[in-house]
Amino acid sequence: MNQYRSSQPAPTATHVSGGATGERDRFAPGACPGNQQHHSNPSPFRGEGGRRPDEGANVASASASHRSNPSPRPSLLRGEGEFRGRLLVPIFAFLLMFFGDVFTVADAAESSSSPSATWQRVVLLQDAQTRIVFLGTTLLGICGGLVGVFMLLRKQALIGDVVGHSALPGIAIAFIICEIMNPGGGRNLPALITGAFLSSLAGAICVMLIERYSPLRADAAMAMTLSLFYGLGAALFTVIMRIPTASAAGLSSYLNGKTATLVVSDVWIFGIAAATLSLLTLLLLKELSLVCFDDDFASSTGWPVRLLDGLLVGMVVSVTIIGMQTVGLILVVAILIIPAASAQFWTDDLRKMLAASAALGAVSAGLGTIISALAPKLAAGPVIVLCGSFLFVISLLLGPQHGFFWIWRDRRRTRRKMAQYDLLRACYEWRETASSGADVTDLQLISTKFSTENLLPMRSWSLADLNRSLARAQANGLIQSRTTGQWQLTPDGAALARRSVRNHRLWELYLITYADTAPANADYHADQIEHVLGADLMQELELRLARWNQSGLPASPHALNPSTGPDAPSQQ
Amino acid sequence: MTTPVVPSVSQAVFPLSIRDLTVAYHRRPVVWDVDYSAPAGKLIAIIGPNGAGKSTLMKSCLNLIPHVTGQVQFFGRPYEQVRDQVAYVPQRTSVDWNFPVSALDVAAMGLYRKIGWFRWVTHRYREQARQALDRVGMGDYADRQIRQLSGGQQQRVFLARALAQDADLYLMDEPFAGVDAATERAIVNLLQELRSAGKTAIVVHHDLQTVQQYFDEVLLLNLRLVASGPTENVFTSENLKRTYGGKLSLLDQVGARIAGQSG
Repeated sequence: MNQYRSSQPAPTATHVSGGATGERDRFAPGACPGNQQHHSNPSPFRGEGGRRPDEGANVASASASHRSNPSPRPSLLRGEGEFRGRLLVPIFAFLLMFFGDVFTVADAAESSSSPSATWQRVVLLQDAQTRIVFLGTTLLGICGGLVGVFMLLRKQALIGDVVGHSALPGIAIAFIICEIMNPGGGRNLPALITGAFLSSLAGAICVMLIERYSPLRADAAMAMTLSLFYGLGAALFTVIMRIPTASAAGLSSYLNGKTATLVVSDVWIFGIAAATLSLLTLLLLKELSLVCFDDDFASSTGWPVRLLDGLLVGMVVSVTIIGMQTVGLILVVAILIIPAASAQFWTDDLRKMLAASAALGAVSAGLGTIISALAPKLAAGPVIVLCGSFLFVISLLLGPQHGFFWIWRDRRRTRRKMAQYDLLRACYEWRETASSGADVTDLQLISTKFSTENLLPMRSWSLADLNRSLARAQANGLIQSRTTGQWQLTPDGAALARRSVRNHRLWELYLITYADTAPANADYHADQIEHVLGADLMQELELRLARWNQSGLPASPHALNPSTGPDAPSQQ
Repeated sequence: MTTPVVPSVSQAVFPLSIRDLTVAYHRRPVVWDVDYSAPAGKLIAIIGPNGAGKSTLMKSCLNLIPHVTGQVQFFGRPYEQVRDQVAYVPQRTSVDWNFPVSALDVAAMGLYRKIGWFRWVTHRYREQARQALDRVGMGDYADRQIRQLSGGQQQRVFLARALAQDADLYLMDEPFAGVDAATERAIVNLLQELRSAGKTAIVVHHDLQTVQQYFDEVLLLNLRLVASGPTENVFTSENLKRTYGGKLSLLDQVGARIAGQSG
């Protein structure tokens, strides 16, 4: 982890040459982020776009072009307002990358390697550095996916964001302390990580304390803590900028991430973290899920709820700390929550959800890495988040659990089915009123001719609705057209009509008998529930209402057509 | 449940005894100086108006809410030592029923303590959870995701979880709230089953009409304990007036019922 840092303190030609030699088995640090983010550069992510060693020459020219604008104020905290438009982060990141690419299109033109060869090398992971970055981000994706599920279920999706932002003052304080103890040596990685860890933890504890001991709710507690810590961090960073000996270069990698410079030791850390988190998840699956589902019950049965909660926070902090250097602390919440939120659309079983979330996290991280390696101008962190968001949209639309598409299809099916039953019932009930309330046999039904004028007053439907239903019933072989405007039920249609009337009335009677639902309400609900509930409920009703003759049909408990119809049939 | 075993210890000492319990949220006491000893093998209702501290009393007995003063003992011992003998059924609305688990998973949560740290729910425990679901008539719904259950079915799953704990004392917070007729009957049958097996159940209840029918003992609570004891002695219109204050129409109705039954 220290390897790439060592080449960084001097944000000038030295690191460029280091990158250009391509000796180390890793990406060259594209540019030193801290000093590159001046006002002329619209993309905070540009600075960390990695190159493969053989493209080091381009790095030099790109870096040089940026350095030509000598902004006196390093704008580490240009993203101060970013937490205001949290939902816009992925879109924002995309726009930045887009414009970043436009501004550097000249650089791209200079690229010497052939595109197809690059493609092949990247996709087949032939590059050692690509392999390292791919492995590292994929492992990180798995970590985020696993931990995120519990955060989502604990209703603390934003805690990752709080933890990420809370790291900032810790980083700043650690930097200042190191700078005081050893001027010029502020960027001591273990110290910075310790600082980040402690202050993230403080942020998370702060949220818990506010939530527990004040009338404020979790969302307010999180917003408070997040802004407090981020504000503190921002203030401290302006102090750092004024320390004469301080070289704050590279600190901004915590804000925006620097995926491209992952090294083997990072991947080891990610691997250990992923293994630990997976193991913890497997071992503590039932404990953690119990605490997330019902903490009162958990605590009443003697489980240490606070300890388990603390463990969850610890897991979030570790993912945040390791994710921060990859995607940056502003986007780290995305790798925690997006895979978990997507996984919810694929399964309603916790175990499968964990697996799905880890898989989605891994896929979006791997995909993002490959895309960013193919387009070296794109920083991996934001691309990973965009890939995750893309998978989320797919899940939202097509996920079998409440995916929009399936909901839409089910609604349409239900609507059609209900319209069909309504039509058949109208036919039956028209025939029934014609025979003044007596039971109607299949034979009588089949031999009856209906006109739209007959059926129209039976329900509150428009002529267009009725004609649509008739056409669909005809297509389904339930009804057939005789002469113009005359319709006749088929044997199938007659049987279905009798069945649906019977179900409907049994249900109506059930509602009237067992619930305090007025008959007028029962009809409305019955139309809904009859089609929604399946055969098992119908069976239950049949048992309950066994006093009704099974073969015959009970009369409708309310007037069939109160506005225009004949007298209400008498109650049996 | 198959063999009605009367717990030996419950004969000697009270399943639950509360001494001078006072509970406060911040500075405002919500339960004052409650003194009560629950007799073993009875069905006991805690009734009182909204905000009377019924749920708070129950939660503070279980140390879910810290109490300011007083002492609570289960079977003559502090709660920590006898957790296995006590099962708690929280209010149904206290959890998120969209949680990605099945009815069986929830029922199995009652066995987690027995299963212990780090171990998964094995086949044996899943069978036990299924039996608990069967006892509340939810065996057919074992694999349903809990969101797909009706309110009454969800309540029965909660009861199954408590049954799986196989305790001697059951504390139930509003199990009858917003349930259908079938569930209400299932819960009543279950309570009677528990009683005949020598178990004790303390139930936060809100329906005054059914108190006499379902419960042997009543606690009338309105911040302080208004009265407690066998239903026939304590559930009087005078006590109810003292508990509920001025809500007269409801009380007259119940009072007339009481008068009609005793006359």
